[in-house]
Amino acid sequence: MSVLRTLLASLLILVAGVATLAAATDGFRAFTTETARRIHVREHRRDVPERIPLQTAQGTRIEFASLRGRWLLVDFIYTRCTTYCSVQGSEFARLQDRLGGPIASGKVMLLSVSFDPAHDDPSRLAAYQQRSGDRGAGWIAARPVDSADLAALMRTFGVTAIPDGLGGFVHNAAIAVVDPQGRLVAITDWDSPHAAAEYVLRRLPQ
Amino acid sequence: MIPAIGWKRWLGPGLWLALALPPVRHVLEASMTLQMLVQIPLLAVAGGLSWPWLPRRARDWLDGWNRSGISGIVLVSLVAMVWMLPRSMDAALEVAWVELAKFTSVPLLIGLPLALSWPRAGFVVRGVFLAEVIATAFRMGWLYLVSPVRLCSNYLIGDQRLLGDCLLAIGALTVLLLVWKLMWGRVDIGSLGRRDRPVGDG
Repeated sequence: MSVLRTLLASLLILVAGVATLAAATDGFRAFTTETARRIHVREHRRDVPERIPLQTAQGTRIEFASLRGRWLLVDFIYTRCTTYCSVQGSEFARLQDRLGGPIASGKVMLLSVSFDPAHDDPSRLAAYQQRSGDRGAGWIAARPVDSADLAALMRTFGVTAIPDGLGGFVHNAAIAVVDPQGRLVAITDWDSPHAAAEYVLRRLPQ
Repeated sequence: MIPAIGWKRWLGPGLWLALALPPVRHVLEASMTLQMLVQIPLLAVAGGLSWPWLPRRARDWLDGWNRSGISGIVLVSLVAMVWMLPRSMDAALEVAWVELAKFTSVPLLIGLPLALSWPRAGFVVRGVFLAEVIATAFRMGWLYLVSPVRLCSNYLIGDQRLLGDCLLAIGALTVLLLVWKLMWGRVDIGSLGRRDRPVGDG
């Protein structure tokens, strides 16, 4: 009897365990938080907080609502970065070339948001853009005005930044795509801006 | 099983409470290595030490469903897999209910069933389990060492590499201990379900 009961119990535990593992990995697709965030964004578009005020490198105030009606490519940065993430800026400058047409016609905009607003004031944001080879059109660098807003933005975009122990940060850099309706619809690799550009170009009316 | 008398029954809950103290929690979760190799194992130990709180009758009933400790060890293996996912370790830091799930499921579904099942497990069951532990330590250790990207958003790559090294060391150490035991220790190969009381059969 105890053999059969043990067999039954083990089978039930196995079924429940595999179901739990499937739920915990989005059907065995996502074993890391980063993969999970990309799958979730792709499958459940989420609204970007519209009313969060951002201060740009020029000192003006914008919010996501004022950028509506065009595709946005968004990355999260801190200008002090000296390691691999410092390439994010030049990747955005290259995107300005790649998307020059749609940018000129007001269909696409690039936005870099600083998650280090205490340090990244407008002048430092401007220096960052210049250093990265800003082509002059269609790229806004900005910082959230309020730290509570920063937390909300990072939560929506799934951005995690942790101190690297050397005074800087380590963060899950990526390019987020926001559609003209103000919804976050995709997250692509930060070091292949091609993927982000293609995503948008395929969806633009020719 | 030796009945735990008096103060000993408080060891498990005491350890659990100590681990749940916010300062202890923060220190142990500040590093990936500490969370995986210190906090989670100690939570399991807290559960394992808490078996005296199960009434005799409940233990007897469970034993009837747990011949040779097999059901318990299947449960332990599956729940351990969930908490080995890089994603789970991340989520435990960011989401309160995941942290709560860790603090309850690791003691109750890993530590406690292991303490109840291991004494009932015979040579083969223990062997299969240990082989899986060794394989998992090498597999995860190797994964953490070769992964060029961070697998946890909340931890640094150096921490991940350290965890990889530690897991390889743990795997190697377990192999050495096992070899030592097989060569020089006393191994009871005779009965598959030693100390297995025939509950429900007689």
